[in-house]
Amino acid sequence: MNIIVLVKQVPNTTNIKLDPKTGNLIREGLESIMNPDDLHALEAAIKIKEETGAKVMAVSMGPPQAVDVLTQAMGMGADKAFLLSDRAFSGADTWATSFTLSKGIEKIKDFDLILCGHQAIDGDTAQIGPQVADWLDIAQATYVKEIESVDKNEIIVKRRLEDGFERLACKMPALLTVISEANQPRYPHMGQLIFACEQKAPIKVWNAADIGVKTIEVGLEGSNTHVIKTFTPNFKRQNELLEGSNKKVVSDLILRLKKSDTTIAHRL
Amino acid sequence: MTIWIIEEKCDGCQRCLRACPYEGIEMQDGVATVTERCTSCGSCIDACKKNHAIESDIKPRPVPDFSDRQGVWVFAEQTNGKLARVSLELLGKAQDLAKDLDHKVCALLLGKDVSHLVPTLHTHGAQDVYLVEDDLLEDFRTIAYTNVIEDLVLKFKPNILLIGATALGRDLAPRISRRVGTGLTADCTELAIDPDENLLFQTRPAFGGNVMATIACRYTRPQMATVRPGVMEAKPCKPETTNIIRHEISLKQEDIRTEILEKVMEKKPGTDISQANVIVAGGRGVNGKQGFAMLKELADLLGGELACTRLIIEQGILPHDAQVGQTGKTIRPEIYIACGISGAVQHTAGMTGSRYIIAINNDPLAPIFKLANWGIVGDVHEIVPELIKQLSSGGAS
Repeated sequence: MNIIVLVKQVPNTTNIKLDPKTGNLIREGLESIMNPDDLHALEAAIKIKEETGAKVMAVSMGPPQAVDVLTQAMGMGADKAFLLSDRAFSGADTWATSFTLSKGIEKIKDFDLILCGHQAIDGDTAQIGPQVADWLDIAQATYVKEIESVDKNEIIVKRRLEDGFERLACKMPALLTVISEANQPRYPHMGQLIFACEQKAPIKVWNAADIGVKTIEVGLEGSNTHVIKTFTPNFKRQNELLEGSNKKVVSDLILRLKKSDTTIAHRL
Repeated sequence: MTIWIIEEKCDGCQRCLRACPYEGIEMQDGVATVTERCTSCGSCIDACKKNHAIESDIKPRPVPDFSDRQGVWVFAEQTNGKLARVSLELLGKAQDLAKDLDHKVCALLLGKDVSHLVPTLHTHGAQDVYLVEDDLLEDFRTIAYTNVIEDLVLKFKPNILLIGATALGRDLAPRISRRVGTGLTADCTELAIDPDENLLFQTRPAFGGNVMATIACRYTRPQMATVRPGVMEAKPCKPETTNIIRHEISLKQEDIRTEILEKVMEKKPGTDISQANVIVAGGRGVNGKQGFAMLKELADLLGGELACTRLIIEQGILPHDAQVGQTGKTIRPEIYIACGISGAVQHTAGMTGSRYIIAINNDPLAPIFKLANWGIVGDVHEIVPELIKQLSSGGAS
């Protein structure tokens, strides 16, 4: 069995610093990491490898430095890695990203199962998995918290739902998006990590021509959605002290919350 | 595709710097310089109208004629014959959008024996309800639902399609968007029609919520967005038109490729304070377990979660994943209610990104008040019960 794991290099937003005066993000010194959910997808793939002898291939789209997450993936136990990297891929929305990834996967060709993280911490869209599945016209299961069994024909998973979970049988090939509940990712093995850093390591870099896409189909040009503007929400705090009896200060506060632009304002 | 700067024309005003969504421009010796982060999006060119110091070889992409695309559609999510509240909320927003566009509000209802839900959709703003009933649609399965909605979209050509960002919606929406060849913006917090081009402007938090981005889908239809539950407001109304359009489609089990073996109801293990809209947090000034039971009551009333400072974890009152601050979690809820928290830097490092901060503390000099939108000087054990009382009796008099 051949398993493809999609991984992404993201800025470590769990460890960010905010400017105490403006509330803005301080980007300097922001480290890059493998997207946390993707670690769980990799762990799930490597567990299957240990049980069935499957081959695991990690695929990422990103700038040249994204090779770091592929090295890490090989350190954890992936057999091969592919980096889709081209200046033309930059500025892609989820449509163009999923298209590019699916073209890379089509070039790899032999796969039975695709695993990816449920969502990336820098975008939180959770769209790439289902979109790749649709490009490749294969079954999907999102919010996967457990893989019960897998063979060449069928995979049975547990999917987390809002009020519980469901057991779902998927025909193969299939794509799963994995949530953090699924497992505890292992640390990279030192020997494998050193091997992955060597010149001869099986990490391939493919550009637009390699995967057979036109530059107008990918990146910003190939995207369907575009950012019109970005702005910093008004975080100015008025430091207003509410005064009077307990009853009055509380009703004053509720009044202000009702008038606020928050999602709970109309429910109060 | 590249963007370049004509140095002689640049006066260092930094307008392009502020316009760039990707940090693709930086200042070097007082002159704007394109960095490797540039994606050639062209935002800076529009920002440099004064000096025309930025040029590019980007060819404008032609916008197709979409005048035949009519209707603001809402996917009416139902499970076991019960509508998801978010669908009614989306119908509320769809009424505003449809009014601005002079389009109809339509709902899509899929399932088995679900026609009893149609009147509810009508009284929440749906003028037309597209109804597709089939035994194979009894439980939600991605490919079945995608095939049906693809068929409806191709036949009836909607302008906008809104889907709730529930577990079901987040599974379905991306698959539909790929299938019908359009863009999708996830978890929007604001939707509005831009008066210039009649485009749907979709605003969502970017990069951990510190920056908001407004996104448009100019070149494809329908314009698709998902919205989290609770963000929009349902608006019940007296329906003027109550059309039902039944649609037939032949589905085959083997095309769907998945089968639900079992559904198990279960409460989620633990809570995730970083996902909550409202956080009620307690510190030293809250009286032990009893005090936190009171805060929990307030959090439940507001649909929020309980959090705390490190001291409370050390006292064993709350589990470690409830800690906010330097050694705990960094969170950005909409509303952060700090109860009996003085506001030490170690704690505030984890919550300054909150949209609104409310401080309740008996020490008027506590630093937390300097961070708060609204402060109440008083005893937490008197203010919070009053807050619970007024909220449960329907708010302020």
